[in-house]
Amino acid sequence: VQFGAFQHSCSNKIYLLLVRSVSVDLNNDASLVIDIPDALCERDKVKFTVHTKTTLSSFQKPEFSVPRQHEEFIWLHDTIVETEEYAGLIIPPAPPKPDFEGPREKMHKLGEGESSMTKEEYAKMKQELEAEYLAVFKKTVQVHEVFLQRFSSHPIFRKDRNFQIFLEYDQDLSVRRKNAKEMFGGFFKNMVKSADEVLISGVKEVDEFFEQEKTFLLDYSSKIKDATAKAEKMTRSHKNVADDYNHISGALNSTAADNNTAFKKHLEKYAEVFEKLRKLEDRVASDQELKLTELLRYYTRDIQAAKDLLYRRARALADNENSNKALDKARLKGKDIAQAEENQKQCLQKFDKLSESGKKELTSFKARRVVAFRKNLIEMTELEIKHAKVRRLKCCVYHYMFTRQCSGSHGKPGNLREF
Amino acid sequence: MAASSERSPPPFPDSEEPELLEDSDEGADAFTGTSISEMDSPSPDSTRPPKDIFNEPLEDIFSDPLSNINSEPQKKVDTKIPSPSSDEVVDLFSDPLDDDSEVISSPEVQNPMPDLLNEPVQAPKSDVLGEPPVHKNAARQQYIFEDPPKGSSKSSSVKKAASAELFGDEDEEDLFKELPKVVTKKPQPLGPPVDVFTEVKSDVKVKPQVKDDPTDLFTEEALTAPAPKPSASSSSSRTNGVHSEEHDLFSEATVELSLDSPRNDRKKKDAVKPSVSAPVAPVASSSSKAPSKTLEELEEEESEDTFDLNISVTNPEKVGDGMNAYMAYKVSTQTSLTMFRSKMFTVRRRFSDFLGLYEKLSEKHSQNGYIVPPPPEKSILGMTKVKVGKEDPSSAEFVERRRAALERYLQRVVSHPSLLQDPDVREFLEKEELPRAVSTQALSGAGFLKMLNKATDAVSKMTIKMNEQDVWFDEKIQDVENEEQHMRKLHIMVESLVNHRKELSGNTAVFAKSVAMLGSSEDNTALSRALSQLAEVEDRIEQIHQEKAANDFFTFSELLADYIRLLGAVKGCFDQRMKAWQRWQDAENMLQKKREAEAKLLWANKPDKLQQAKDEIAEWEAKVTQYEREFERISATVRKEVIRFDKEKARDFKRQIIKYLESLLNSQQQLIKYWEAFLPEAKAIA
Repeated sequence: VQFGAFQHSCSNKIYLLLVRSVSVDLNNDASLVIDIPDALCERDKVKFTVHTKTTLSSFQKPEFSVPRQHEEFIWLHDTIVETEEYAGLIIPPAPPKPDFEGPREKMHKLGEGESSMTKEEYAKMKQELEAEYLAVFKKTVQVHEVFLQRFSSHPIFRKDRNFQIFLEYDQDLSVRRKNAKEMFGGFFKNMVKSADEVLISGVKEVDEFFEQEKTFLLDYSSKIKDATAKAEKMTRSHKNVADDYNHISGALNSTAADNNTAFKKHLEKYAEVFEKLRKLEDRVASDQELKLTELLRYYTRDIQAAKDLLYRRARALADNENSNKALDKARLKGKDIAQAEENQKQCLQKFDKLSESGKKELTSFKARRVVAFRKNLIEMTELEIKHAKVRRLKCCVYHYMFTRQCSGSHGKPGNLREF
Repeated sequence: MAASSERSPPPFPDSEEPELLEDSDEGADAFTGTSISEMDSPSPDSTRPPKDIFNEPLEDIFSDPLSNINSEPQKKVDTKIPSPSSDEVVDLFSDPLDDDSEVISSPEVQNPMPDLLNEPVQAPKSDVLGEPPVHKNAARQQYIFEDPPKGSSKSSSVKKAASAELFGDEDEEDLFKELPKVVTKKPQPLGPPVDVFTEVKSDVKVKPQVKDDPTDLFTEEALTAPAPKPSASSSSSRTNGVHSEEHDLFSEATVELSLDSPRNDRKKKDAVKPSVSAPVAPVASSSSKAPSKTLEELEEEESEDTFDLNISVTNPEKVGDGMNAYMAYKVSTQTSLTMFRSKMFTVRRRFSDFLGLYEKLSEKHSQNGYIVPPPPEKSILGMTKVKVGKEDPSSAEFVERRRAALERYLQRVVSHPSLLQDPDVREFLEKEELPRAVSTQALSGAGFLKMLNKATDAVSKMTIKMNEQDVWFDEKIQDVENEEQHMRKLHIMVESLVNHRKELSGNTAVFAKSVAMLGSSEDNTALSRALSQLAEVEDRIEQIHQEKAANDFFTFSELLADYIRLLGAVKGCFDQRMKAWQRWQDAENMLQKKREAEAKLLWANKPDKLQQAKDEIAEWEAKVTQYEREFERISATVRKEVIRFDKEKARDFKRQIIKYLESLLNSQQQLIKYWEAFLPEAKAIA
């Protein structure tokens, strides 16, 4: 069984049930609304349909859709990062690459075990695989959508030329994947950056706000990273439990298939019970994943973006210090004073600008984070309550069914009243 | 590769819908839930606000199903009549054993969810088409969960239909599953055409008021279905004895199906529920009419056994020190059976005593074809841990697991009518001091011997080629073999569930800690507070997961382990029967040889040895007769035992599933409590 073929067959089925997991829109501005209503899968590529509705005059039409690939999103992110002007802004974190490793692995297992599995087990496995594939797909689309919505809701980014091109240009942007050299270059840049971070950490902070922010973000970033990893582990084991239910249900069904006594019907009912439990457990797990893990994941990346902003400002601060020193030196030597003055002035300007917009950005980041956490926690809790209630009801219904069934001489009256 | 890719369907009209859609299958349950409360509530028309389902669903649903049962049939009729499609009704009857997926697929309660999960293709597509009922339904279902709809009357017809469906078939299939089969088989010799049933049904649909006029219905029925008359009269005579409101009953029965429908019996049973002995009457009369008893009937009959013997194994206690230490258990018996000296007594027994009991019973009864329940296996590892370790949680778990297993073992022994009569069983339960069971002492030796025995058995099994004459045995042996395979598989899966649940519990605990840390780093006060509250909730959930893991293990995994062992014992019975057969065949062959020898002697004209040969033939003839009779006896015993075993198994599984559900219910209750307490915290974030 080929994964590609499976994807192909799945893409017919894919319908995106988008549950917005991470909220980004602080302003409910309707002048530029972006969503990804639809996407399709080819091999390991995902083509997203980016749909825009706008009243802004900078666009040619009020409503349009373009097909975009993950690489083009990355391109957009990289161009924004490289734009000097935006150094004082928190740049929305790039969406992670679509990762279909999980379903692919399962597909492999399914293909391998096809001969040794019963019909019921195979069906169960396939069902599992489809559900997982769908979940990954959903998540992928969502994270790309959120990326764009961050731009559209930002007063400066929404005016960015490249962003508008990304939304409007209906041809391939002909960005290619980064080649090895560029990849290495990126890696090298990161090395330099972290070395630089260490270097400039010696520079004395002049603004208490940033000093505090830095301490906070460093601490928070490591904590949230940890929490994300733990939440991922937790949801994964929850999924495993759901899968086990599924297998049990399948095994009960195949037991029933080989049974010729009155027990057969019971077994089928039990299989049904476990199938229901599977469904519910699965939903709990995936809602937890979507509402909690995804939130933590997103803010892990966003905090990194905020830290990057701090780094850029700290760099400017260091540059400013250096230019001050250079000016002092020039004055001492009486040489190139004008140039040094000019340089110092520029550095100071840049630093001030960065500090000012950085302060704004970090403040709004905080508000955004709190709102997002609030929204997701409420939603998750409501879902948890709902699922638990549904499960309770299910248990009641089945319990009632089974206890009445054995209400003969040995039927123990269920002690349900206590619940 | 544009050709190879296909576009997914267009978007939802609005973004909220997917969520609604996802919920719709729960919604359906909300309906069924509502319907239950409706059915048992005194008036069928009082549609409760769905909110109640969640706040206190159990009081309504479970308050006392039996006492209300008498009022139920009328309601059922009420609800059934408005059902829009005749197919539904036909379905309901022709396939009474189908489950509530039937309900889901009924046109009124259009429900896309099962499809969505089973085959993600179709459900979404149907949605794309924008089927309005689906959405409406989904929306309504959402209501039920979120806030009570004001115009609940709007959906009441749907609910009623759902309830009729759900209960229509559930009642039939689950409550008295065995009955319908027995009864529906009967009319066949009388030859009523199947059409009769549908005919009657369609009549009913044309004039729904018919239920008010029972006599009318009788004539109606007589006109359309003359054939089933004899059985109808027979069932009426039966009804006479049991139920006074005969007319009512008949009218209802006719509305739903023809007179001799299984419901009839069921209702009678329902009606006379309070008295335990009464339900036996119809069953007995029906079985006396049937020429040969079916398996189901046998089951039904036997299930009426009354049995008053409660055994519990409690207080595991370590006796002695070091490697000579052992666990002793308190075995308490509570009974009104006269065969015991008193009504309540307790003894202390150690594990090897239980094994000794098994050895004794096995020796005596296995060869006769009885299924002797096997005790839990000896576990050197577990016991050594108990002996060496002090307060290790895993050894505590081991002890509890063994205690429960021993209890189940004893309960199985005493619930066997023949084993209960065995003096060794009585001695085990009553006698203060038992002689030490020696054979189990040296476990490895005994185990090894047993293994050797098994090996020789396996070899002899291979050499014995029994041409099975009895179809029942032929099938049953295969079934047991298959079932054992399935149970093993199932057991592995449940073990995996237990392990994953434990893993989940551990991971939840770790996550709780991590969230607590995150909360302490958070600089927004309200969010920080909420996060640490979340950590507490997760901590509690960890406990729930742990309890669930124990539940998975004790109610389910252990049950399967028991039945894997028991199926081994069943197979042992089959082997005993085969051995008896072999003995008979051997004797038969020997007799043949002796006869040939006699013929040779006659030929050779050696009269001196002839008399001896004749004696031998007589001797072997007697043996053949004896062995054949033995074989027949053991066959009969095994057959009875296996039927009994199947019944016990069904009952055991049901009991455990019910227990499982109860515990699950309990944990859901806790979950709801925890999350509901957390919700205001989350909302307080600002």
